[in-house]
Amino acid sequence: MKVIHVLALLPFIGILACIPLVNRVTPYVFGLPFLLFWVVMWVVLTSVIMAVVYKLDPANREEDAK
Amino acid sequence: MNAALLVIFAFLALSLYLGIRARKGKDMNLEQWTVGGRGFGTILVFLLMAGEIYTTFTFLGGSGWAYSKGGPTFYIIAYGALAYVLSYWLLPAIWRYAKEHKLVSQSDFFVSKYNSPYLGILVSLVGVAAMIPYLVLQLQGLGIIVSEASYGSISRQAAIWIGTIAVTLYVMVSGIHGSAWTAMLKDIMILFVVVFLGLYLPFHYYGGIQPMFEAVEAAMPGFLALPESGMSPSWFISTVLLTVLGFYMWPHTFGSSYSAENERVFRKNAIIMPLYSLVLLFVFFVGFAAILQVPGLKGADGDLSLLRLSIQTFDPWFVGVIGAAGLLTAIVPGSMILMAASTLLAKNVYKVFAPQASDAQISKLAKYLVPVVALISLYFTFEGGSAIVALLLMGYSLVTQLFPALLFSLMKRNVVTKHGAAAGIIAGVATVAAITLSETTVGSLFPFLPQAIQDLNVGIVALIVNVVVMVAVSLVMRSRSAIGDKNAHAA
Repeated sequence: MKVIHVLALLPFIGILACIPLVNRVTPYVFGLPFLLFWVVMWVVLTSVIMAVVYKLDPANREEDAK
Repeated sequence: MNAALLVIFAFLALSLYLGIRARKGKDMNLEQWTVGGRGFGTILVFLLMAGEIYTTFTFLGGSGWAYSKGGPTFYIIAYGALAYVLSYWLLPAIWRYAKEHKLVSQSDFFVSKYNSPYLGILVSLVGVAAMIPYLVLQLQGLGIIVSEASYGSISRQAAIWIGTIAVTLYVMVSGIHGSAWTAMLKDIMILFVVVFLGLYLPFHYYGGIQPMFEAVEAAMPGFLALPESGMSPSWFISTVLLTVLGFYMWPHTFGSSYSAENERVFRKNAIIMPLYSLVLLFVFFVGFAAILQVPGLKGADGDLSLLRLSIQTFDPWFVGVIGAAGLLTAIVPGSMILMAASTLLAKNVYKVFAPQASDAQISKLAKYLVPVVALISLYFTFEGGSAIVALLLMGYSLVTQLFPALLFSLMKRNVVTKHGAAAGIIAGVATVAAITLSETTVGSLFPFLPQAIQDLNVGIVALIVNVVVMVAVSLVMRSRSAIGDKNAHAA
């Protein structure tokens, strides 16, 4: 398993596996109920993670060379 | 005629103009019409794919769920983000194969991979059966939006007719080019309208986002999290997973991925899309703001929360702008569905029975089928009335049944045979239908299991039945043909 595949698994762990642990209304973070904050945080992290994956993925470099 | 209505019609005219103008300078053969000649860059593909998330479902249903269900609504942004992760690998693989084999529809993919035109017919029928409720949903939404935003001066029925005629026209003329251009108008509008509403309403009525949530929490403790049973964490996890698998299985989404000019378009989109999907957050805010301001909307009427609160708050011309944005969220996905369904019926169903038909004839037939599909959908829109989300969920479960056969076909050594793929899809679809019609839940099937398992999305059952049947039939067919080979050698 390559690094990029492990990275891509992180959002699934953050959004799905952790849900039972973060299913609460308080504390409010950035004005959001905690559960909503948690999901939103992971959506933002997903974007960041996919940007890192894009940089690391050799498939994109090969095409650059062309 | 009031100001709201004028604004709505102005935008309808603009989208019709853009949609028809999009044809300019293009020779509309089937490949140009359905997949834009495979020449769309990151931005156009982005808009087409984003068309998928900002439909009337998200506009009305997203705020409606926030209003009537609370915490479980968050699943909508969760599944989007995870589907984009999947798309990073899934879409380039699909695109590459489709380009090599000059495919134009989703069914083409199955036909080519499994070397079976009949599997193509099956996949087309499943796709059309799922898309029609989806289109009905968009049309119902369109009717609600326009009639509410016009303060009732236009009936839902009239609004639906007008919207449908406009879409049908520009789809027939411009195909996917029309969808791409109107998608651009739509996304600019929706971004502006939704972000404005999502910030203005909480600040206007509650003095901020957190005060709004605190007021809701005080009135209904626990409403902003997932309940202990029913839409519990295990419901959330299973529903998000199922939706992720079904996300790209919609024929119109699958097909629009062919329009990309190269595969890096998808990988780039996988970075931007999750962030962009957060616009939905503002749709949720509107629904939450409505809870204490326009109380008492029950059941399917929860979907009216956004419009009711807007009408209570703003001047007619701005209600018109909201209505126009809502109208566009219905007609862009509507146009893609009409096109995808007509292409499937012409190319993957009719052509199998009339192999002598030329490409030009198929292309013409696809265009003439657009008004036919539109009329069928209108019939269901006026005859059947169900809450918006329930309809969508059935469609989602149907297209999700295509995922296992697709996934196996992408592997280097595919163990699934065409018979296995067909049997799996049929078994899965039959299970979905049986479950939906009898209103079965995992809890009612297995009442002795723990609550967490009872709350699992019942679609999981259909998917398991699908995979088991698919693999079993494939193994049987393989061992049979192996025996057949041996006998042939012996003879």
